[in-house]
Amino acid sequence: MAGLPLAFAAPWLLLALAALPVLWLILRAIPPAPVRRLFPGVVLLLGLKDDDSVSDRTPWWLLLLRMLAVAAVIVGLAGPVLNPQPKQDGRGPLLILMDGGWASADGWTRQREVIAGMLEGAARDGRRVAMMRVAAPEPALFQPAGAWRSRLPGFAPVPWQPDAQMAQEVIESLGDARFDTRWISDGLDGPQRAPLLRALEARGDVTIHQDGAPVYGVQRPRFEGGEVTIVARRSVAGIAAEVTALAQGRDPAGNETVLASLPLTFGASEHSAEGALSLPREMSARITHFTLREAQSAGAVALSDDSLRRREVALIAGRQEREELQLLSPLHYLRQALVDTAEVLEGPLTDILPANPDVVVLADVAVLAPAEEEALTDWVDEGGLLLRFAGPRLAASDVSREAEHPLMPVRLRVGGRSVGGAMTWGEPKSLAPFDQDSPFHGLEVPDDLRVSAQVMAQPDPALADRVIAQLSDGTPLVTRKGLGEGQVVLFHVTANAEWSGLPLSGLFVRMLDRLAVLSATDRASAKQMEGTIWQPVRVLDGQGDLHDGQALPGVAGEDLSAAPLGPDLRPGLYREGDRLLARNVVTEETDLTPMQWPARLPVEGLGAPRTVDLSGGFLAAALIVLVLDVIGSLLVSGRLTGLRAGLRGAAVLIAALVLPFEGQAQEGDDARAIRDTREVVLAHVVTGDARLDEAAQAGLRGLSEVLFFRTSIEPNAPAAVDLERDELAFYPFLYWPVSPDQPIPSDVAYGKLNAYLRSGGMILFDTRDADVARFGASGPNGRKLQRLAEPLDIPPLEPVPDDHVLTRTFYLLQDFPGRYQGRDVWVEAAPPDAEQIEGMPFRNLNDGVTPVVIGGNDWAAAWAVDERGNSLYPVGRGRAGERQRELSYRFGVNLIMHVLSGNYKSDQVHVPALLDRLGQ
Amino acid sequence: MSDAPTLRARAEAEAARLPPLLAQAEHLAGTVLLGEHGRRRAGMGDDFWQYRPVQPGDTYRMIDWRRSAKSGQHFVREREWQVAQSVMLWVDGAASMGFASSQRVPEKGERARVIALALTILLIRAGERVGLTGSLLPPRRGEAQILRLTEALLQAQPGDYGVPEARAMTPHARAVFVSDFLGETAAVEAALTKAADRGVRGVLLQVLDPAEMAFPYQGRTVFQSMGRTLRHETRKAGDLRARYQARMQERQAALADLCRVTGWQYHRHLTDASAQSALLWLYRAMERGR
Repeated sequence: MAGLPLAFAAPWLLLALAALPVLWLILRAIPPAPVRRLFPGVVLLLGLKDDDSVSDRTPWWLLLLRMLAVAAVIVGLAGPVLNPQPKQDGRGPLLILMDGGWASADGWTRQREVIAGMLEGAARDGRRVAMMRVAAPEPALFQPAGAWRSRLPGFAPVPWQPDAQMAQEVIESLGDARFDTRWISDGLDGPQRAPLLRALEARGDVTIHQDGAPVYGVQRPRFEGGEVTIVARRSVAGIAAEVTALAQGRDPAGNETVLASLPLTFGASEHSAEGALSLPREMSARITHFTLREAQSAGAVALSDDSLRRREVALIAGRQEREELQLLSPLHYLRQALVDTAEVLEGPLTDILPANPDVVVLADVAVLAPAEEEALTDWVDEGGLLLRFAGPRLAASDVSREAEHPLMPVRLRVGGRSVGGAMTWGEPKSLAPFDQDSPFHGLEVPDDLRVSAQVMAQPDPALADRVIAQLSDGTPLVTRKGLGEGQVVLFHVTANAEWSGLPLSGLFVRMLDRLAVLSATDRASAKQMEGTIWQPVRVLDGQGDLHDGQALPGVAGEDLSAAPLGPDLRPGLYREGDRLLARNVVTEETDLTPMQWPARLPVEGLGAPRTVDLSGGFLAAALIVLVLDVIGSLLVSGRLTGLRAGLRGAAVLIAALVLPFEGQAQEGDDARAIRDTREVVLAHVVTGDARLDEAAQAGLRGLSEVLFFRTSIEPNAPAAVDLERDELAFYPFLYWPVSPDQPIPSDVAYGKLNAYLRSGGMILFDTRDADVARFGASGPNGRKLQRLAEPLDIPPLEPVPDDHVLTRTFYLLQDFPGRYQGRDVWVEAAPPDAEQIEGMPFRNLNDGVTPVVIGGNDWAAAWAVDERGNSLYPVGRGRAGERQRELSYRFGVNLIMHVLSGNYKSDQVHVPALLDRLGQ
Repeated sequence: MSDAPTLRARAEAEAARLPPLLAQAEHLAGTVLLGEHGRRRAGMGDDFWQYRPVQPGDTYRMIDWRRSAKSGQHFVREREWQVAQSVMLWVDGAASMGFASSQRVPEKGERARVIALALTILLIRAGERVGLTGSLLPPRRGEAQILRLTEALLQAQPGDYGVPEARAMTPHARAVFVSDFLGETAAVEAALTKAADRGVRGVLLQVLDPAEMAFPYQGRTVFQSMGRTLRHETRKAGDLRARYQARMQERQAALADLCRVTGWQYHRHLTDASAQSALLWLYRAMERGR
């Protein structure tokens, strides 16, 4: 078909169109059948002649309608296909090769459509297909195309880019077979391209599919001068573009939200755009990562680690009332060192401690009020860092003289000492290099640093362990001790330049940094990362979504900072001790050069229209034309009298055609939302199996009615929820019957489900096989459940313990039968520290509704009732069966009560104690 | 052994039709009786009504000599007016009367019977004699005659179109013919002239279905008479409408003409109009046509 992208699956069928003229002649000769009517007035008609002009042949327009119908049927049966995949030269095997790195993630939906089209075409041609990702090589496996179609979602992009070694693996796995290749490219150049292309061209034709859109990346945000600087990059310049960076973080209630957005403008020829975001300190501390609104990939996500978190430092000096010169103030140098990188709080200690600063600095404060001292000790105990500086007052006081003061790391000798003064013999001392196990290890000591006075520590067996910096003569300069979970650090010199040059030197700032006083953790050098092991906290997937990374193995520090990303090193947030480090996908060094393919290769876009099978449309059109024909025939034969009847018929027809669609469309929108939020509505997941869905619907109907009659929960009619389309947040409870052949929800649906579970929703999974299988993978339903639940954010589970709140939210229950009576019902495991209290029937479990309940008792079948309230499925035998059904209803009531009222009933365990306290 | 049960069942079914018809007719008659009770005025009856002085124009024959002899004046003896002693009904019961164009209108025959019976009730209550034309049910007085008439009216008559029965007409009686008059005009003409010959005057009530006037048909149609004896096929019924209506008007004009000639009265009643209007007209007509 020239011009029109149309092809036919069975073109020879079109020959039947040649028979249409014959049909025309035949149909033309047949007049419409007459109506028989009894009519007494016929006597008056006798002898009347019809006008000759009236033909007894079928009117031409009716004929045309019928011809159209027949033609549409013929064309429809011939299998017309719009935008057919161009015929391949060969019928040999086909390799669909995806780059599969994060750069592909943004266009993944389009790529998936294109690949699905390729698979469809290959299936039509009967070609065997292998699919591979360069970024995650697997052995090439040539299979019929149909087998790949269902696995397509599994080829989602990974959060790293392919490299030369991966390309080598791909080449090795290909063997010597000959095949054609479709290469779905992300458009970035890389070391893997050239060898891979050579290898592929040696084995057959190569076609490149590549999107013209640029690849966007965001670099790690920097914190400069109170502003967060964000740099976005793109692979293709040429036109000016604006992208929007979104600062994602948590709102004060702890929910994920967009805290700020910042437009970044790329100049026409620029590859990068930069913008600065000025946010309140408090808000910038809550930023977790930046994303680009225009791109959805791991590269467009920039995680921020501690660098944006501003530590709060409380500065407290001894006496505030003395008028001093600014430069002599004990806090001046500290303030200067801290002001850029930390939040400085100043004020009375008792006012500051409730704000829970990260660090409290006491500059030459000797004695604290007992209440202050107690509060400060508690605060340090809970993990605070107390930083003390010596000074004349501390040297003169009796603090930590006889016995070690809890808030001092060492005992002090009386008076302190001065060296290198007018009245002393010695020279001012310099600093000794830092020890291996000192936190300051590796910092350069400036040569010109001199200490002229210090407070002296009493020699003590524990002293050597507590010294983390000392002077060249071995006297301690900085000492430290742990206290509870926190620590106390003492600088044996003043915080101003009175006793030493230390506060004037850059070393001072770096020492504070090492003590984790400062926020901006400079990117640790490889040397410093050496030997540390970093545990992944949150890792990115290819699409740029964050996942829990606790289950992944730790990563060596030097790898984390230097090694390329790969399966063993995923981008994300890593933790070591107190420190949090982000490994981002795009850095300054990341190469975003667009790929220049050799001119000999055909490069196709991804915007190719999807192959559409039109035969259904043609057949439907034929049906519509036939309906019109019916109306027309009625009109001609006089059975449809008058215009009104015709209009009525047309209206009915239009209504019949249009209403179902419109009904659905409207149903999906606000009306449904309003209906389902007005009252409590139980919901079940649409599985696609009509009988199962019906049973689930009937089951929830039965349960809703029981709830209505027995409890104060008065639910509306239950809803059927399509995970892909519908909003889940309206439903407190989802019933999910498991059948082996239901489709696995998409990633988006899983995203919604996880959000639903996290926000307090509950899913009741029902494998409905407790009669034949135990819980676990022993049945097809159980295995299916495992696959369904794998991507879900489900906590550890345990069989319902006897004291679980489910057993007493409304009825007292010991087991939870449905249509079958299996013991295995699993709920979220109790925390390990839940202990049985003597004399209490129940453990004191903490808050929360179990997000899932898993079992196989086919509850919906036991609950199911028809519209009249008759049970639909038999349960057990005779009265025992009725009892079992009753118990299953009770389980349902308990479950919904649990969903809606949480562990309120658990609080009942306190009743004895409360009564006791009331003196009852 | 035969059909005793079926006969009984049929009889009951037939009997079941009686009360509704009667009730309907009585109800209809009741609406008229209310305002028109009694007829206390001079007429051509047999009973004495009053004496009155002779007026110019009275013939000598009319003077009551016995009364006049008692006084110096001439008196005319007036007798109370009496309706013609006998009223003869002919209600068409042929197949064509079984037509109703839709559910909303009654069959023509049904309407004809109701009107005829209601008229009967009115007349009988006024003390007149009512019967059927022909020899089947001669005119009589009394309530029992209503029942007999009802029974007789429910008898179906053979034939596609009814032929007026004009035999055994009592001279100078009154007659009421109710039919659709779609059959042969000649038979009507013959009956009417014969009746006129005997001094019988009366009323033609033509009961028609609205569809028979409007002819709302279209498309290819085969029209058949109710008895399936006549058929006419057309490819485009709508085109025949004007010509059909012209013929219908012609037929009605012919009937009206015939009535004028014979001194009868003609009225057309459509079944979608109320039966009461037709009855009122009939009643007046019976009064008028002395």
